Amino acid sequence: MSRFALLSYEFKESMLIALRAISSNKIRSSLTMLGIFIGVTVVVLMTTAIKGIDNSFQQGISSLGSDVLYVSKWAWFNSAPWWEVRNRRQITMEDFEKFKEMVKLPLAVSPTCDIQLSLKRQNRSVDNIFVEASDQNYILERNYTFDQGRFFTETESQDARNVVVLGSEIANDLFPFGNALGNEIKIGPVTYKVIGVLAKQGSFLLQSFNPDNMAYVPITTVFKYFMDKEHSSLTIQVRAKSTALLEDTKEETDAAFRKVRRLAYNQKDDFSINQQEGMVDNYNKVVGVIQIAGLFITGLSLFVGAIGIMNIMFVSVKERTKEIGLRKAIGAKKRTILAQFLLESSFICLVGGIAGLIAAILLSFVVNQFIPTSVQYGAVVVAILVSLITGLISGFAPAYTAAKMDPVEALRFE
Amino acid sequence: MNIINIEHISKVYQVGTEQVHAIVDISLKINKNEYVAIMGPSGSGKSTLMNMLGCLDTPSTGKYEFNGASVSQMSDNELAKIRNKEIGFVFQTFNLLARSNAIHNVELPLIYAGVPAAERKERAEQALMDVGLKDRMHHKPNELSGGQRQRVAVARAIVTKPSIILADEPTGNLDSKTGEEIMVLFNEIYEKGNTIILVTHEEYIAEHAARIIRIKDGLIEADVPVLNRYIPKIRVEVN
Repeated sequence: MSRFALLSYEFKESMLIALRAISSNKIRSSLTMLGIFIGVTVVVLMTTAIKGIDNSFQQGISSLGSDVLYVSKWAWFNSAPWWEVRNRRQITMEDFEKFKEMVKLPLAVSPTCDIQLSLKRQNRSVDNIFVEASDQNYILERNYTFDQGRFFTETESQDARNVVVLGSEIANDLFPFGNALGNEIKIGPVTYKVIGVLAKQGSFLLQSFNPDNMAYVPITTVFKYFMDKEHSSLTIQVRAKSTALLEDTKEETDAAFRKVRRLAYNQKDDFSINQQEGMVDNYNKVVGVIQIAGLFITGLSLFVGAIGIMNIMFVSVKERTKEIGLRKAIGAKKRTILAQFLLESSFICLVGGIAGLIAAILLSFVVNQFIPTSVQYGAVVVAILVSLITGLISGFAPAYTAAKMDPVEALRFE
Repeated sequence: MNIINIEHISKVYQVGTEQVHAIVDISLKINKNEYVAIMGPSGSGKSTLMNMLGCLDTPSTGKYEFNGASVSQMSDNELAKIRNKEIGFVFQTFNLLARSNAIHNVELPLIYAGVPAAERKERAEQALMDVGLKDRMHHKPNELSGGQRQRVAVARAIVTKPSIILADEPTGNLDSKTGEEIMVLFNEIYEKGNTIILVTHEEYIAEHAARIIRIKDGLIEADVPVLNRYIPKIRVEVN
């Protein structure tokens, strides 16, 4: 008889014992499973939600392009003290025109500013929409794709024509039947003609950065109708020819804008050059913390479940002391007894874990209503492995206690 | 050849700060196809000796050879193997698995011995037939009478065809009539050429054996053959 055959009989017997033990204590087993069930559910849901947040951020930020610089009065991330930043000079159209003449490296440069307005079409309206104002070069700086139509031209921009490009969400809200192109809408009190509709870009979490929920108009029209040209600060967008040229472009931009501002060599920049990379770094830091904290907290509930298993396994071992004694007397080895109890605890955990996984998959459809996401295959594998390992670890101490019992003592136990 | 050869064994337990000499100095030999009763009052060291004979425990000093192999030096796993293959236990309280039916209870030692399923079933069925429980194979212990339970336990003890059958007060939890039926069974097993060691404190039960060893205060007080062995003749079909 081979060693393998012997092991397989022992395994089968241990499995049988474990299943019998579980089924003969249904309430106790299911309560114990509940602990693991809740633990696995929250861990899987948590990872799913984090993945969803991450996905939508990555998707959204990629439409911005990683090779674009944003020259602005404001810094995206903490650099200079806020009062100093607040007292900086505005970036004006004149600054932009001078700057544009000086730089040679960029693929495109454009002035931008945002203004929050209501958009209306007949009885439909959307409020607090970020209307992004720029010139014809803006579209060269974004990786946007069009559903219908086109971006505005140089002529339209220079002549301050009332034309607008809509983000996909706004187009859907105002024109549920998809007939936006060529129709007129009101931005504030002013009538604009829709010349383009963007394809869905994927949403940013921060609503203000959601390109699907924005409208794009020539910057000249904004100065004509909504804003005082002298009292608003622009952001100049500079797109490098490639990511490799981003650093050179940044240096040139810095030098050029210092010249525009007539800064002496010993004066600090009175503007900031922002880039997406900073946003990604900052975001990764935040998400990293959320991830660790989230997994720690949800992991705690799994840990509590594991303690429950360990507790019940100790009870189970105690209850079956005499049975263990008998099994040892008629030839069960240490490993057989160990396997019996480890199988019992891992089976409880596995069933609890799989049930928790199913619950998490169902609940992820609810989460999906808020953050587009789905349970990751990796999470499924990890959840099953984690519940198995939990079972093995929390079952080990009780199982070992059983395995090393003295058969004489165990048989005498009443 | 001797199945069991014990030379000057002792067993000392540490109870708190005190040392208890459960067995002081015992030497004995048991041959194949002997029917031995071990007798003694409680506290005599009788149980300790039985545990030692059953390889459930090892002596503190002295030599214990089982079929020529030295038990004193064996590891836990080797002891488990000896118990599995060479010793059949019958306990006072039957010690059946409550959730398993008769046939699975009898199969249990064969599982630990690694016998394939088909052969296991066949041998377990044969053993249950030998003890007269042909029609009770699929009953669980709580569906059987005390006598029937002990028969299942006897079937479990003989199924591996062990070198010795070690019975610890096998009739202690049974009424005298049922107890007598079990003694009939032991007699049959003995007459088939098996070796039986019976631990009891009842003179009447001990007289079923062919040799009585009396233990007192950790020593052998007497080791005598039974001249007028009581041979039970009744064979009650339980089915």
